[in-house]
Amino acid sequence: MTGKSYITIKGIKEGLVFLLDDQCEFVTLLDELNAKLDKHVQQFTGPIVHIFIKLGARQLEEEDKERIRSILRRQGNLLIQSIESDPPTVDPTLKIAPTLHTMTGIIRSGQTMEFDGHLLLLGDVNPGGTIKCSGDVYVLGALRGSVHAGVEGDVNAIIAASLMKPTQLRIADIISRPPDEWTSAEPWMEYAFLREGTMAIDKMTSLNRQRKEVMQFKGV
Amino acid sequence: MGEAIVVTSGKGGVGKTTTSANLGTALAIFGKKVCMVDTDIGLRNLDVVMGLENRIIYDLIDVAEGRCRVNQALIKDKRFDELYMLPAAQTKDKNDISPEQVRQIIESLKPDFDYIIIDCPAGIEQGFRNAIAGASQAIVVTTPENAAVRDADRVIGLLEKSNFPSPKLVINRIRPNMMKSGDMLEIDDICQVLAIDLIGIIPDDEYVIKAANSGEPTVMNVDSRAAIAYRNIARRILGETVPLSQMDEKSGMFRKVKKFLGMG
Repeated sequence: MTGKSYITIKGIKEGLVFLLDDQCEFVTLLDELNAKLDKHVQQFTGPIVHIFIKLGARQLEEEDKERIRSILRRQGNLLIQSIESDPPTVDPTLKIAPTLHTMTGIIRSGQTMEFDGHLLLLGDVNPGGTIKCSGDVYVLGALRGSVHAGVEGDVNAIIAASLMKPTQLRIADIISRPPDEWTSAEPWMEYAFLREGTMAIDKMTSLNRQRKEVMQFKGV
Repeated sequence: MGEAIVVTSGKGGVGKTTTSANLGTALAIFGKKVCMVDTDIGLRNLDVVMGLENRIIYDLIDVAEGRCRVNQALIKDKRFDELYMLPAAQTKDKNDISPEQVRQIIESLKPDFDYIIIDCPAGIEQGFRNAIAGASQAIVVTTPENAAVRDADRVIGLLEKSNFPSPKLVINRIRPNMMKSGDMLEIDDICQVLAIDLIGIIPDDEYVIKAANSGEPTVMNVDSRAAIAYRNIARRILGETVPLSQMDEKSGMFRKVKKFLGMG
């Protein structure tokens, strides 16, 4: 074993914290854990000590956690309180731009497309066809069927179409049925969104007022 | 090697059998060797429309189950030497034959014919799957009604999924004056929604009903506007470029005659 120690033990009020390195091999950790326990046999006997194990960024399966537990269990007085990893760090780029799926073709009657993220459809949605998306839906064509945007409850999702003549639109859990609730099919591109819990339709050019972040970079 | 074309629609009563019978006959008129196959098992009609019902000895199921050879089941048309039909069984149902069996029968017909026209039953279930199994090209028949267009759209979706890259569209039973007044779906609107190639438009013609009842295909009567339209579709299948007939042509002719007689 080299000089570098992969396990740091800290004492806190409640007991002991084992900080496990998250870059090295898992086997190395187990070896060192064994070694540490053997070395400090005296310290680890006596009254019950609560152990908190911190894995850092390392994510472990239940069976690997069990291997750690079984090593520590050799010392009768060590009581494992928790084995924790840091919450997985969210990739910041993902947050800004959820995946945009691009699809070409016509969604015909009886066909259903489901996507996680936004969808850009180059084609039409015919009556009887359905799109379900967790994000926005942009239809570069005629929207004559049904679209459900923000299926997982995203009330900020929008549905945009070159020709807006849907049979039904849904955003999050709001269902809207044109033309009873609104009429449209103007010659310009439109989008549907939720305004205070009800479906509304507006020209595409109004979108940047609603979503300022979309148009941050306008060149020089 | 022949080309197998399935005539389908999804919705019933839009004119699949009439279209099959007339296209088959029209192709025979143009000198092609044609076999029409009725896959509407249990509700066979093509033989009735063709006036060949009383000549049936064996049917599609008999061929599939090996009770006879394909050639024994083929019925020769009474008008053309090169026109044959393979009738459906009337007493069985769609589940008594598999798509694979139909495919094999169609394959066995291909070497002997230029065109094989397959008449598909209504619906999208087993009967539909049987009918499209052997075909390499599809003609979708619709009428200018929302329900028929919706079903045609569904069928086109299923055809595209089953590797029919470009089905062709026939719009049947057009009433030019209703279309003009906006009471009927426009041809352009239908084509825009369905987004496939239009291969023909057939005007609503009372003669079609009369012809079907007398077992004489409409295309035999050159005075019928529907007959001309069906012949035009056949010519387009043969690769000719034929412009779509103007739907109000005849009323124009009428007006001319009326004017000539001093009635206009």
